[in-house]
Amino acid sequence: MTAPTAPQPVGRLIDRFELGLDAPICLTWELTYACNLSCVHCLSSSGRRDPRELSTEQCKAVIDELQRMQVFYVNIGGGEPTVRSDFWELVDYATEHQVGVKFSTNGVRIDETVAARLAASDYVDVQISLDGATAEVNDAVRGPGSFDMAVRALRNLKDAGFRDAKISVVVTRHNVAQLDDFKALADTYDATLRITRLRPSGRGADVWDDLHPTAAQQRELYDWLVANGEGVLTGDSFFHLSAFGGTLPGLNLCGAGRVVCLIDPIGDVYACPFAIHEQFLAGNVLRDATDTLGGFQAVWQNSALFRDLRSPQTGGACSSCAHFDACRGGCMAAKFFTGLPLDGPDPECVQGYGESALAADRGEIPKSSVDHSRSGKRSTPRASVPLTLLTRRDGAPALGKAGGRPPTTLCDENPLAGLSREERSR
Amino acid sequence: MTAAASQTAPAGSVLTGRWQLAPKVAVRPEPFGALLYHFGTRRLSFLKTRGVLAVVRSLPEHPDVRSALSAAAVPDDAVSQYLHALTALAESSMIVPAQQDSSLQVSPKEDLA
Repeated sequence: MTAPTAPQPVGRLIDRFELGLDAPICLTWELTYACNLSCVHCLSSSGRRDPRELSTEQCKAVIDELQRMQVFYVNIGGGEPTVRSDFWELVDYATEHQVGVKFSTNGVRIDETVAARLAASDYVDVQISLDGATAEVNDAVRGPGSFDMAVRALRNLKDAGFRDAKISVVVTRHNVAQLDDFKALADTYDATLRITRLRPSGRGADVWDDLHPTAAQQRELYDWLVANGEGVLTGDSFFHLSAFGGTLPGLNLCGAGRVVCLIDPIGDVYACPFAIHEQFLAGNVLRDATDTLGGFQAVWQNSALFRDLRSPQTGGACSSCAHFDACRGGCMAAKFFTGLPLDGPDPECVQGYGESALAADRGEIPKSSVDHSRSGKRSTPRASVPLTLLTRRDGAPALGKAGGRPPTTLCDENPLAGLSREERSR
Repeated sequence: MTAAASQTAPAGSVLTGRWQLAPKVAVRPEPFGALLYHFGTRRLSFLKTRGVLAVVRSLPEHPDVRSALSAAAVPDDAVSQYLHALTALAESSMIVPAQQDSSLQVSPKEDLA
């Protein structure tokens, strides 16, 4: 954590980052929309594989580009990324090309053999998704059996000597009281707790009203973070809570299109993992390649959307608020998918401006057209289903059945994880 | 949270001996300075000026940090700021004593955020 106080300072890094970087610091890459689970809050509405999914060779070309751009690491998710038959091949390819990998999984494929393999690598980090410290709370969101699946994975990792896996929790109305229990669970498995904010993205839009923490719970969460924040990761996702008072650890900045972005399974590039909607679609890694630039680099550097996100933003209705510098207006995706204006308050604004905005007439609420849910009934979690997947590379064998305990989706990936704590300060 | 790294350099020791970037650290120059990423600890750091970056890169060429600062013509009134920056880098294992075994073991610390 180096925030060298340097001679001739160039100003606050946060101001630099708001103007964007030539390459993302890290990015989220969802390798597949296929998932064995059907978490009610899935940010990517995953379930069925998209037939246009990038092939192995196309994925490797993206990795080559990330290496050229010196993107340090990718947060791989989905869907459940480990059900791709070429998943380990791609992980190896990335780490051999100086692109570190953090991947999110429900744990379905983390058996003893895989755990041992992971323990042997310095360049791969694992996040196990869990949304309740008890099976009852977790399975209500992630589906029957998903708690046991995750815990088994954590146990396998610990037994194999994997150090510092992450337990990744989306904070909801029903698990916010379990934060200490999650911490204890993490300690049990030599893991680190990572908690992130529930967004009304993907299927999350259907359940957000019922699952997002109440105003009182937000305060509880803030106090807990102040007391425990040093040992807990947050992906910087709670910066809207900074308006309670003291700034939370992290960058406290919306990095969408500025320092982070999302590549989806078909190569579409969105401003952030929580913004899968055509309004935040910047381009495609296949379609937008030029003679001189690969597709991803061309999108990152040239897309009109990203250029716009990097231009100085106004605080809009928030600019007169005394807390604007702390919360920066909150989360763009949270506003968008609740039908609020992007230059107004966050729906969970802790000063209460979000509540009044939500109560006003919001018109038609935007809905993503990207939906890979396996059934139309999006808000009922179901038990894990077996998946047998192929990648598009001809002749590649499927890795066999998902063992009856297929994987889940990464419902909680947040782009800003990994940024240095000091950067909240100037 | 795992225990803090047990073999990080003690504060202050940056003043003695030859230093270098840790083997698992990648550097990406930026207009404001540089981004550093440590693949072992999975931590990201920032260098806020190109001047600090130049000094960091030159460390292996000098018998100690003060020599590196002199060679880079760092003005006297800025030396304490450079030392502060380098000490922070040492504490987070981004730079390590040059003679040290390159397989320096570091407990993964939180990568927060």
